[in-house]
Formats: sequence, structure tokens, C-alpha cells
Amino acid sequence: MADRFPSPFDIAAPEGAEGWQQLYTYSSLFSEGRRAYEDSMFWFQDGVHWPTALRPWDATLFEYAITSLSQYNTRHLQVPPANGIDFRILNGYAYLTPVPAPEADIEARVANFMDRAGFYFMNWNDLYDKWMVKIRDLVKELETIDFDPLPELEDADGIVKSGAGLGSGWKIQADYHKLLDLALKLWQYHFEFLNLGYAAYLDFFGFCKQSWPNIPDLAIAKMVAGVEVDLFRPDEELKRLARLALDSGIAEAFATGDVDATCQILKGSDAGNAWIASFQESAEPWFNFSTGSGFYHSDKIWIENVEIPFDFISNYISKLQKGEDLARPMEAIRAERDRIVNEYAELLPSDADREAFQGKLGLARVVFPYVENHNFYVEHWSHSVIWRKMRQLGELFVKEGFWTEANDIFFLKRTEVEDALFDYFHSWATPAPAAGPSHWPQEIERRRRIHSALAAWKPTPAMGVPPEVITEPFTVMLWGITTDSVSAWLGGGAGEDGELRGMSASPGVVEGLARVIFSPDQISEVQEGEILVAPLTAPSWAPIFGKIQATVTDTGGMMSHAAIVCREYGLPAVTGTGFATSTIKTGDRIRVDGTNGVVTLV
Amino acid sequence: MSGYVMWFEGYWEGLKPEVGGKAASLGEMTGAGLPVPPGFALTTAAFRDSRDAADLDATLARLLHGLDTDDTGMVADRCGQIREQITRMPVPANVEQSLRDAYAELCRRCGVSDVPVAVRSSATSEDSPDASFAGEHDTYLWVRGADDVVDAVRRCWASLFTDRATCYRVEMGYEHRTVEMSVVIQKMVRPVSAGVAFTLNPSDGDRSTIAIDSAWGFGEGVVSGEVTPDNFLVDKVLYEITRRRVCAKEVEFTLDGGDRVVKRPLEGERASAASLTDDQIKAIARLARTAERHYGCPQDIEWAVDADLGQDSAIVLLQARPETVWSKKSAEAPSPAAGADMMSSIVSTLMNPLNSRKS
Repeated sequence: MADRFPSPFDIAAPEGAEGWQQLYTYSSLFSEGRRAYEDSMFWFQDGVHWPTALRPWDATLFEYAITSLSQYNTRHLQVPPANGIDFRILNGYAYLTPVPAPEADIEARVANFMDRAGFYFMNWNDLYDKWMVKIRDLVKELETIDFDPLPELEDADGIVKSGAGLGSGWKIQADYHKLLDLALKLWQYHFEFLNLGYAAYLDFFGFCKQSWPNIPDLAIAKMVAGVEVDLFRPDEELKRLARLALDSGIAEAFATGDVDATCQILKGSDAGNAWIASFQESAEPWFNFSTGSGFYHSDKIWIENVEIPFDFISNYISKLQKGEDLARPMEAIRAERDRIVNEYAELLPSDADREAFQGKLGLARVVFPYVENHNFYVEHWSHSVIWRKMRQLGELFVKEGFWTEANDIFFLKRTEVEDALFDYFHSWATPAPAAGPSHWPQEIERRRRIHSALAAWKPTPAMGVPPEVITEPFTVMLWGITTDSVSAWLGGGAGEDGELRGMSASPGVVEGLARVIFSPDQISEVQEGEILVAPLTAPSWAPIFGKIQATVTDTGGMMSHAAIVCREYGLPAVTGTGFATSTIKTGDRIRVDGTNGVVTLV
Repeated sequence: MSGYVMWFEGYWEGLKPEVGGKAASLGEMTGAGLPVPPGFALTTAAFRDSRDAADLDATLARLLHGLDTDDTGMVADRCGQIREQITRMPVPANVEQSLRDAYAELCRRCGVSDVPVAVRSSATSEDSPDASFAGEHDTYLWVRGADDVVDAVRRCWASLFTDRATCYRVEMGYEHRTVEMSVVIQKMVRPVSAGVAFTLNPSDGDRSTIAIDSAWGFGEGVVSGEVTPDNFLVDKVLYEITRRRVCAKEVEFTLDGGDRVVKRPLEGERASAASLTDDQIKAIARLARTAERHYGCPQDIEWAVDADLGQDSAIVLLQARPETVWSKKSAEAPSPAAGADMMSSIVSTLMNPLNSRKS
């Protein structure tokens, strides 16, 4: 077995993707000037959030997110052993490396961390209430951004005579800056709590593992997990709308299987119109829900692709008609959670242990709503609005002849969008021909070809020199990168016995036929009773979990967004296998042992 | 309870004087969800009424008159006669019918005609002097058929008059009349598989784990170490099977066709197959946990999967005793994590995260 992964400097561009580096910011690339540092680190591909090749603009949120994470670890909280997470883009794919804090600094960092993190833990609920206000305000502010075409003549009263001394050309650029500002602000907010949430959870986790060395990870997750969580709300709304359709006698409208036809029928009755109104009420904000991780403009968002929620609703209607009860048994879930807590507590040797256990559990439960819910507010809702606004701006450029489709804007880097806006502004102000219409169409075509070549490349899961032991807490928790998974990657996939190892994300053993899915667009291929095999699964895939028997993913840890949802739906899941989608083929018979984290080709 | 018979599941504390300690303990276990092999007790009233009907008192008075307890020959002769009388005495029709009906019912419940049973005496008072001797010759295994059961019951009764017990009562001046006895009739287990279970992990003392060792046939091989058993770990709260080690089993302990347990070589599929299904593993874990709760401390139990009982009741508890090794250790060493303040604990978690995960 090899003792290191290939150097990032030895990995060639895929055929047809030569020059891909121009699609990304220079600082996000591996570079000769930093070679000694870069070659000494361990880089893993983040397939949890960025499983496919990034388009240039989409890299913005990747860079904002990871930099904000680092900033909180290093400059705000001083997480004692961990500096930030450094990142690079290679062949269009996102790679990360945890940066440890220098040994000598750790003592000083402890004092700062105790003070700063301690404050947050002490005041968590107040601060979290404020966070909810901040995040909703941020979405409101995003919504005020408007990329309308510049007017032929500025409005006399509104602009000229207002005395503001500012015009629409300035405003459209200011709005773009505001969008970037708010996107970065969003990621600042995101990490205001997340690292701390994980720290408290890890502490509880560690206590449990010490007290009961054989305790399944799942039992720990179950003791902490919330019962009513905003992340599940979109799915709950679908169920509600399915029930409403049945109760108001309009269910057969969904038999058409076509959104327009269904809406046509609905609009023909009062009950149908009332249902549409109710759908719209749910949609804001709950259907600002992405079918992917939310990090790609190409991820489908329910509210903009209503055939997705309609299809799910129609499925739920059939289930209800068959007499299935869609309601989550809340009382039973709560009772089970309490039972688990009480029974483990009973097994502790002393009252002092029980007190420590309850204290840690209490804190883990205080922090956990954030850990579960932030995902909806940040990656789904806020990102949906960002993508929508960017598409509006893209559309404006289409009208101005810069390119042909609204989504082409994402082939520009974020700084290039600013350049294009200035080009437009200048051409409008003068007026004189803009350079964009003769510059961008062929450049975008070139980039589109490069991106296709990158998308076809299968990213190597890791590069560089693996550390002896993976200890960086967030790397383990979020990405499921453990000492074991690294050695499995070095081994190069399935063992001789046809076994893949990963995280035991959700327990149970089942055997069945695999369905390998690479993107959310393929969700409809999944058949009843199959085992879903995917690079990752997103929470918004929830409605198909009623169909499948188990889930296997390439990436993700115990606390990846995917694992949380799998457990909620009671399906066996093995995450972070590294090679599931490249080893298993659709139609293969596989056994998924979610209890022990093993997938076997049978 | 009806008349002379008490089924284990019909036990309550007030019945103890009539059914004796052994039956009381089996009844208590059954009531606590600890399924011992099914059976019933023939109460002290059955003995009393039989004794009175046969006018045993007159026989006793005659045979014990002038007994010289130092004369072992005389004691052996007289006591032998008493026991002989008891084993041959007619049992009143209603007593015998109750016993035969109950045995027939047991056969029906087990789905086996003439089901083999163990017939044992059950002393009525543990601290009475009788108890010290009642246990001597009073267990009859693999008894089959109603006639033999009736015989075995009488032989149990007769065991009240062993030479030693009788001499003891004479010397102490106790009344032979007041001697009481109940008899337990219980299904003999015919195990598909059997073994032991600990309510903690014997390798690390983890109290959240139940460890099960299992092999085909009787548990003798597991207990003696002659068979390398399958080993399963089960989480005590979620009842997930967290480890599964199925071993090659070369021999199995089984009946020789009669009443003798013999060792036989094991070949083919069964040698390499798991000796328990997942459902059975979980059911045994639940049984062990119930025993631990019931007795209030970690337990070491013997169990079996019976071939005759229905799937839902096939798992039976043969014995439960306190686990001693780890229970003692954990009492001595409190967990180091307890007492540390929250922030220091979080810091130390971050400094050495998930160290337990290194494998």
C-alpha cells in the first residue's frame, strides 16, 4: 500500500480542459510559489458540499464559506489545536486541508477559547435568537437587490431632483457589491455558531465513548437530535399539502402528472384556488429548498421548479390514498429519545457521572438546533435568493447581448462580473458600443467546453501526505475523514472481499439492488426498494427516502447533512466510503450494513 | 391457582408457603419477564391430602416408635420402609387427576406428547430444618409420561424421610406431621442452541453492552470451553448488534436419543453457520437486560433456545447469577470525566478528539 497520495503538482488537466486555471481566482490554485507548503499538506476532496466541478462564479461561495470557517477557528475563537481549513481548486474540484495550530501556541489559545467560546455557550439562546433575526434581515436585504435594465433617462423626481447625486449606473454596481457583501456576511453568520456547536457535540460524544466504549454513534446522535427541526419543515409542508388536496377533494388534479395541466384543473374550482394559495404560502420560505447541497447555481430549487414539489406531493397523495400514515410519530420519537437517555444514564457508575452526562447532554441539546437548522437558512433559503438574483442579472446581460442564457453569467468569475457590469454601465452612460457582446460569447463557449471536460473527470479523493492520525475535530465530524477512511483510500477502493468501509451513519442491514446516481437530476430514476448509491445525498431528497431501502455515499461523516436525514427516516446508511459510486454499478446486488459501516458486493 | 396446581405464571407472593422456595423463585422469574422453561408446582396441599388419605401418620407412628437414631441399621430399615410406603401410597383421585391434567396441559403447551420433565422438590421454608435435607434425593430428570410423573412426585415426597432428615427431626423433637413439601414439574429443555450472556462487555467492562456466547446444542460446551462459541455484542439500549463473530464449531453437545448428553462432531453448513438468528440474539440480550434490572446488578446468565416451544417463547433462562469481575472494578474507579467543568472538558475533547475512534 502506498504511504502517500499523488502530489497535486503531478495531476494533469483532463483532456480538453487545458487552461482550466483561468476559470478560477489565482489564489485558489496550487502555485509554484507555495509548492513546498502545498506539497507537505494532506488535501481531500470535499464531496459533501462540492461533489462536482465548480463553475467560475460558484467558486465564490466555496471560497467565502471556507475562509469564514477558518476565520472563526483562528481569529475569533482560537480553537486550541486547530487553525483554519485551507482550500484549493484543482481541475475544477474543491480540495481542503486542515491546518493545525502550532504546538507552542496552544496554551495561550486555550485561555482565549475558554473566554470567548465560554461566552457563547453561556448566552447561547439569546445569541441564537439574535442570529435568527439577523439571518431573516439578511434575506430581506438580499430581496431588495434588483438588477433592472438601466433606464433610457433617469427619473426626474426619484433620481435627479432628489438631491442624492447618484444614478442607476452606480446603483446597479452597488447592488452587485451588496450581493457579494451579503454573501460573505451570510457565511460569517454561518460560522458564528457552527464550530461551537460541533465542539459541544464532540464533547458529549467523547464523554459517551469514554463511558460506553461500544456505544453506537447513532445512539449518541439520537440522544441529541431535535424532534421538530426546520430542516424537515419543507417535507412536512409537502405532506400537509397532500393532505389538504385530499381533504378538499381535488386530489385527482394531480393524476395528470403535469404541473400546467394540474394547475389548470385547480384554477377551475374554489377549493383548487385555495390549495394554490396554500401552496404559495408554504413556498415562502420553505420551498427555497435545493435538490443538491445548495452550493451550485445548477442545483434545482423547488420554488423555481415546481414540478419537483408537485411530483413529491402527488406521491404523498398516492400513499395517503393507500391508507399510509405520513405523520411522523412525534410522541413516539420523543419517548424513544427519553428512553435512550434514561437507560444509558442508568448504566453510569455514580451520581457524579450522571450529573456530568446530563450537563453535557443539556449543552449538546442547546447547541444542536443550530447545527441542524442553519442548513435551511443558509445553504437553502439564502443561497436560493442569491442564485435567483444572479440569474436576474444574467438575464439582463442576455438582453444586452453579452451572452445567450441567464446561467451563462456563472461562467464568469465574481470579479469578471464586476468588469462586465462596468462595461455595460460605460456603454449605457456614453452611449457607445459595449465590448462584452463580442468578447464573452466565444469565451463562455470555451469555458463551457473546459467545464464539461472537468465535469467528466473523476476527482482523486485525496492528495499529498496523510497525517499519521486525523484529529482535527471538524474534519472528522463534518467530512468523515478518519484515519481509517484515509487508509481505505490508500488501499484504492473495495478490498479483495468486495467490501467498502465507511461511517456507520444509520444502523440496520439490508440487501438489494443498487441505483447509482450522480446528480439530483437523476432522482426520478430511483425505483421502489432500491439502494441509493450517490456521491452524497442532500436533505431535500427526503421524499425519495420513502422509496429506497438504504443509502451509500462516497463522502460525509456522522453529522453530514445527509446522515442526519437518513437517520430521521430510519434507513441504514453508510457514508464516506470514498469509492461507492466508482465501485458499484446500477443493478449490482449489495448488502449495506449501516450498523458496522460496511457495504458488500454480493 | 386451582386446587393443587400452581402454574409458574400464576405465582404471587402469598402462595410461597404452599409452593415452596424453588417454585416461588421460578414463579417470580416468570412474572418478571424472565422466561424459565414452562412448568407448574404441585402444592403442599396435595401432599397433605395424600398423606391424610393414606393415614401416613399411623404408619409413621408405628415405624418411628422407639427409633434409636444411633442404630444406623435400624434407621436405614425404618426410614426405608417409610419411603417405600410413600412411593406406593395411593394418591386421592382428585389430587392425581389435577396432576395428570396439569401435565397434559404442559404437553399441549409444548406441543410434545409425554414431554420430558424435571420433577423436583420445593422446600416450603428455606430456614426450616427440613430444608437442609430436602434437597438430597429429590430431582428426577427426563421423566416422561403421566404415570412416571406421578411416581416421581411420590418419590420426591418420600425424600422428606431420608435417614438423616428423619434422625434430625427425632433428635430435635420436631413433629413429623408438620413436614410439608411442594413439587415442581418443569419442561426439560431440548436446546437448538445454548450459551451464556453477560450484561457487560467482559473485555472492557462496558456496561452498555451485552455479550453473548452461543453454540449449537446444549450449553455444556460453551461453559466448559470445549467449543469456541459464536460471539455477539449487542447494545443494551438500542438493541443493535454491534459485533458479530461466527466461529467454526467442531462439536456439539446433544442428546444420544435417550436422556444422555453426548458430544458429537459437527460438519457441513451448521459448523460454520451462526448458531443464532438476529432476532434470537436481540431476544437473548433483552432477557439478559431484564435479569440485570430485576436483580439490580450486572448478571451472568445461561440461556437456551428450546426446540419445542413456539418461536415467541423459545428462549428460556436457565440460570442467572451476579457478574463479579467488572462490577467490583467499576465500583472502585469513578469515571475521570465526571466533575471536570464544562469548558475544560470541551477543550480537552478538542485537543484529543475522538481518541476512541483510532482503531
